[in-house]
Amino acid sequence: MTADRSSTPPLIELEGITKTFGKGEAAFQALKGVDMRVERGDFVAVMGPSGSGKSTTMNVLGCLDVPTSGIFRFRGVEVQALDRDQRSLLRRRYLGFVFQGFNLLARTSAVENVELPLLYRGEKKAVRHAAAMRALDQVGLAPWADHTPAELSGGQQQRVAIARALVTEPAVLLADEPTGNLDTERSIEIMQLLTRLNGEGITILMVTHEEEMAAFARTVVRFRDGLVESVEHRERAIAGEVG
Amino acid sequence: MLGMFGATLLLAFREIRRHLLRSFLTTLGIIIGVAAVITMVTLGNGVTASVTSQISSLGSNVLIVFPVRGDRGAPRPFKQDDIDAARNQIAGVEDVSGSVSSSATAFHNGQSWQTSVQGVENAFLRARSVEVEEGRPFSNEEESAGKSVCLIGPKVRQAIFVAGASPLGAKVRLDNVSCTVVGLLKERGEGGGPDQDSDNVVMMPLKTVQRRFTGNDDLQYFVIKYDSAYASTTIQASLVALLRERRLLQGTAANDFNVVDTAQVNQALGAATGALTAMVAVIAGISLLVGGIGIMNIMLVSVTERTREIGIRLAIGALAREVQLQFLTEAVVLCCFGGVVGIALAFLLSWSMAGVIDVPFLFDPLVNALSFLFSALMGITFGFYPARRASKLDPIDALRHE
Repeated sequence: MTADRSSTPPLIELEGITKTFGKGEAAFQALKGVDMRVERGDFVAVMGPSGSGKSTTMNVLGCLDVPTSGIFRFRGVEVQALDRDQRSLLRRRYLGFVFQGFNLLARTSAVENVELPLLYRGEKKAVRHAAAMRALDQVGLAPWADHTPAELSGGQQQRVAIARALVTEPAVLLADEPTGNLDTERSIEIMQLLTRLNGEGITILMVTHEEEMAAFARTVVRFRDGLVESVEHRERAIAGEVG
Repeated sequence: MLGMFGATLLLAFREIRRHLLRSFLTTLGIIIGVAAVITMVTLGNGVTASVTSQISSLGSNVLIVFPVRGDRGAPRPFKQDDIDAARNQIAGVEDVSGSVSSSATAFHNGQSWQTSVQGVENAFLRARSVEVEEGRPFSNEEESAGKSVCLIGPKVRQAIFVAGASPLGAKVRLDNVSCTVVGLLKERGEGGGPDQDSDNVVMMPLKTVQRRFTGNDDLQYFVIKYDSAYASTTIQASLVALLRERRLLQGTAANDFNVVDTAQVNQALGAATGALTAMVAVIAGISLLVGGIGIMNIMLVSVTERTREIGIRLAIGALAREVQLQFLTEAVVLCCFGGVVGIALAFLLSWSMAGVIDVPFLFDPLVNALSFLFSALMGITFGFYPARRASKLDPIDALRHE
């Protein structure tokens, strides 16, 4: 599998992606022709000032939004041609999301939150529970399985959210400012967790505006004015240090 | 698919559990509506059954004929000739008996009791299904000679006789007429027809009452028992024609008498209670509708409130139709919950109220099942739009919603 990686298409390919919001006079072009590729197993930090198009790109990459023009291939499949339900199924099967605001269901225990994606896969209760407990264990929260979000700290909530993203064993984990609501110490913990998961083989795409967090990534993509400004590949010094 | 439905059901229960008070208040409209519909129908059935049993105690295939005010003034009473003519000239008539009554005070052994004295023939007892529980009805000789014998109703017996002692053969004084008790009437309940209380009565031969109490040979009304092989309308038509002729009513002169068929009274009363039940059920149905709108309102609030949650679900791969199914299921589960509580409440209410208004408690499984189905239907009807709205949300906007 790793041997003939060159013959398989990259996990993600963006070619000339544009995105225009609104029409006529009020039209605003958020993306002006983005080209980008992400290989399997990479840990990509997407950076850039607000309004640079990084969030719009992440929405496209997360199959939540479709580009106005251009080609988006995910595992060789052209996503822009898929309808809403097909994109939902793609997310269900291959993608895991971590948000800045955690976005856990309130008054619902950690384990029930983590089980949620499996409900939509129609898994049986025992399977759901076992997988959710495994995912919580991966993020070190198994003892807090029965706590509701209100009973957990911000860092713990974000770890529950990561467990929810992991429980379906996705190909890609998309993290939108995962440390934006956390203090430095918690942020480092979350980044170490993501680095470890990346070391276990999961591809990570992360939006951040903090250089400190971007330092954990292998690849840093910088956006400016709706275009990719630079792509920087790094040695995985940090990953090695944690691993 | 079944797994998905089970999961949806689970989510719905979780959501309801999370907002227990709100869920209860939301379903209150449905609960009250269902309870009202079922209670009304159940009590209506009870009232109908009770009225029907009272009417049937009047006897079946019986016509009651009584004089009313006509074009020429005060009601003219019937005479014995009218009775004989009806008996002899109308096909299908089995028994005819006139009746007169008068109020009197009954005395026995120092006790007194206000009652009514009714003059009848044995034919009257047969026509009106009056049963003699102890003793015997009048003999032919007692009837033709107008003897001073009587049958006493259970209330009269209770009032003036010592409990346990048989009144048969005892002398009872009615005002200033003394008579011998030959029989005891069986209890009939309240279904007394033109008389106020069929159990508080002393019956004597017609001639005795005419001679000793009313002092004339008038008949206040008469009853006809007819063969069930004949149609009531045919007999009534013949009877009206006969009586008009005998009472010299010509051309368009109005009848100065009324003919009432107990079966028709029965039907009319049944129709009246049915209409009343239907009307109250419609009002209760409107309260169900209001309850349904309440459900829709809360579901819309819930969709807005949970926009972010919907965003999360969509982001992790829920299909639009799965989100729709979830909200629809919540609405249906809420309504079914309301239906079940309403049915339980209706059971308690109708059971206790049936006791209070003294009608039988008749549990109607059909009405209960229909009410439950209807409340589920309300969930689908009023949950559809909010659920559709939830499913149409854009995941990005939904996730950004504060």
